[in-house]
Order: sequence, then C-alpha cells, then structure tokens
Amino acid sequence: MLERRAVVARILKDRGDALVVTGLGSTTWDTAAAGDNPNNLYLWGGMGGAASCGLGLALAQPERRVLVITGDGEMLMGLGSLATVAVQKPANLAVCVIDNERYGETGMQRTHTAFGVDLPAMAKAAGFKTSALVRTKPELDGIVKKLFTAPGPLFVAIKVSTDPVPMVLPSRDGAWILRRFRHTLLGDAADE
Amino acid sequence: MAKRPKSASAPTWPDEVFAVLKDHGIGQVGYVPDAGHTRLIDRCLADNEIRSVQLTTEEEGVSLLLGAWAGGQKGALLMQSSGVGNCINMLSLAQECRYPFLMLVTMRGQWGEFNPWQIPMGQGTRAALETAGVIVIDVDDAARVAETVHAAAALAFGSYRPVAVLISQRVIGFKNWKK
Repeated sequence: MLERRAVVARILKDRGDALVVTGLGSTTWDTAAAGDNPNNLYLWGGMGGAASCGLGLALAQPERRVLVITGDGEMLMGLGSLATVAVQKPANLAVCVIDNERYGETGMQRTHTAFGVDLPAMAKAAGFKTSALVRTKPELDGIVKKLFTAPGPLFVAIKVSTDPVPMVLPSRDGAWILRRFRHTLLGDAADE
Repeated sequence: MAKRPKSASAPTWPDEVFAVLKDHGIGQVGYVPDAGHTRLIDRCLADNEIRSVQLTTEEEGVSLLLGAWAGGQKGALLMQSSGVGNCINMLSLAQECRYPFLMLVTMRGQWGEFNPWQIPMGQGTRAALETAGVIVIDVDDAARVAETVHAAAALAFGSYRPVAVLISQRVIGFKNWKK
C-alpha cells in the first residue's frame, strides 16, 4: 500500500511553480515534510475549506496551476465545494485527496470513505472534468503529470496506509504564511 | 393580515452598492442566492470583470475569498443573515490569516418578520459575528446603504480584517407571503 509521505513527496517533486493549498491537518504536515516552499498556503484550520480556497486562488490566478492537497476527512466536511468548483470549471485547478480512510488528528477514527463512500465518483457526478482513484505506484506515477498539466478541474483520490509518520510542522502563523505567499506571488503589488 | 406597504419604485441601493464594489476593485464575489440581494447578484453576474461564484453554503465564501486574496484579488460575500451561522468556524481563517473579508448581509428575523423560524439566527446575527471576530456595521436606511458599504470596504481592505454590513429588513422590505 502507498505511504502518504512518499506520495506527497512524489507529487511535489514535479510541482514546478504550482501554487499549493493544503488542508487541515495531516496533508499540511505531509507538504511541509516534502520541503517548505513559499508557494505553499498551509491551512491549519477551517476544516472543509481547502477546495474552495483553492478555487478562489485558481480564479484569481488563471495562468498558474493550483493544486489542493487535502485529506479525506477534510474533503468530506466540504463536499458541497465539489459542486461549487465543478460549476466554475477552473481549468487550472486540481484537487488531490490523500485518503487513509481515517481522521488522523483526532485518534484515527474511520471516515466515511472507510465504509465505501466514493469521493472520485462524487467529484465526477458533480461535474469535474476528470476524476481518478489511485492505489498503486505505477498509477501514482501516471497521474502526477496530469495533476499539473491536464485541463481541470481534476480530482484524484490516492489511497494510502495508516502507518504512523513523524510530525513535521510548518509555521503555524497564518498571517505570516499568507503574507509570504502573497509577496512571493505578487511582489511589491502585495502591499498596494 | 396587513397589506404589504408598496414602494413607489424599485430600490436604487443595489445599483449604488454595485458601483461601490466596482470602485473598490472587487474581482470575485461569492454568493448564496438571496431575495434581498437579487438585484446586486444579477449586476455582478452581468459584469465581465467580476467573477461571481455561486456557493452551496456561505462558509465556502470565507475560504474562497482567502484564496482570492492570496492570489491578489479583492472579494466580497453576499449573503442572508441565516447564513452567518454557517460561517462561524470558517471565520477563524479571517482572524488568524488577517485578510480583508467583506460580508454584505441582508437581514431576516428582524423588521416585520412573519416567519418565526427566522428569528433565532436573525436576532443572533450580530452577536455571532462579533464572537467570531468580525467588525459589524448596521444600516437601516436605504439612502445610507452605499456609503456604509463604502466605509466597510475601506475598513476591511485598509485594516486586513473581516467586516460585515448588516442591511436591515427595513431596507429590504416585507416579504410578500401571498404572492
């Protein structure tokens, strides 16, 4: 079974200048573990908001690729945002769910995906242009390029193991994370 | 039941507010369909420079506009007071990340409300927003809505804070239940 840190590191190795939004909480730690980057907008809160945050960013920056990396529990709390994203049809947005079928931050209780809820099917039904489920390394290698180049909106769920991983935390200062992100993206215009 | 008082003509405040949003360079508008905001939403949808995003719930607007701001775009959220309760936890993003967040809220459960089910959230709107760290400004005079929105936008974008304008049901008018 795929391991979450290796999956996120593999994806981000090919990110180029993509803008990345992460969801509360394990995917924020996974993304930090792959190496801090000023193009990362780490969310430590607002559970359920990662995909809509990625949508707002993708609409504001249509020339840049935007990748949302979030967990199954976080995505389940914001299922309506799949409908909202699908209606807007952002060609530059991909949503990637790292699916361990558990609420990792609260004691590894099973999420709805552990009982068969099919997130890629829900995204497809909402109207995402492409949606896929990934379980193996070859499938992962095959999907990474699409995450950064295929016309969106794109939805990919990647099943990963529940094996424990070391804690790696980025800055938890939201104002600083946002200011750094804006300055990197917008330069001096960030202060106008 | 008493007859609904008729106004002489269509209200002009939605068009005035639209002009204020344009003046402030609003590029992205999130909304949940709402009777009081119908005219303003239609104006936004018809504008080529504003991206209007229909939401399934108001809380999506809080994170949507964090993303918009992160990408260099100013935004506003158009909603009804019943949607304020849907936003509470998500508003922690605005307080922690310090981004300008403008909410234009049409009130229910207030001036001449007929539906008792609207009362709990309508009467609790200000307290809920203030508890979540949002600056709240009321307006109950149609002639002052635009200037109030202008002041709220200046405050939000000048101070990087969440600001809500509560547009009284007195401005919106009574809902006609016999229609």
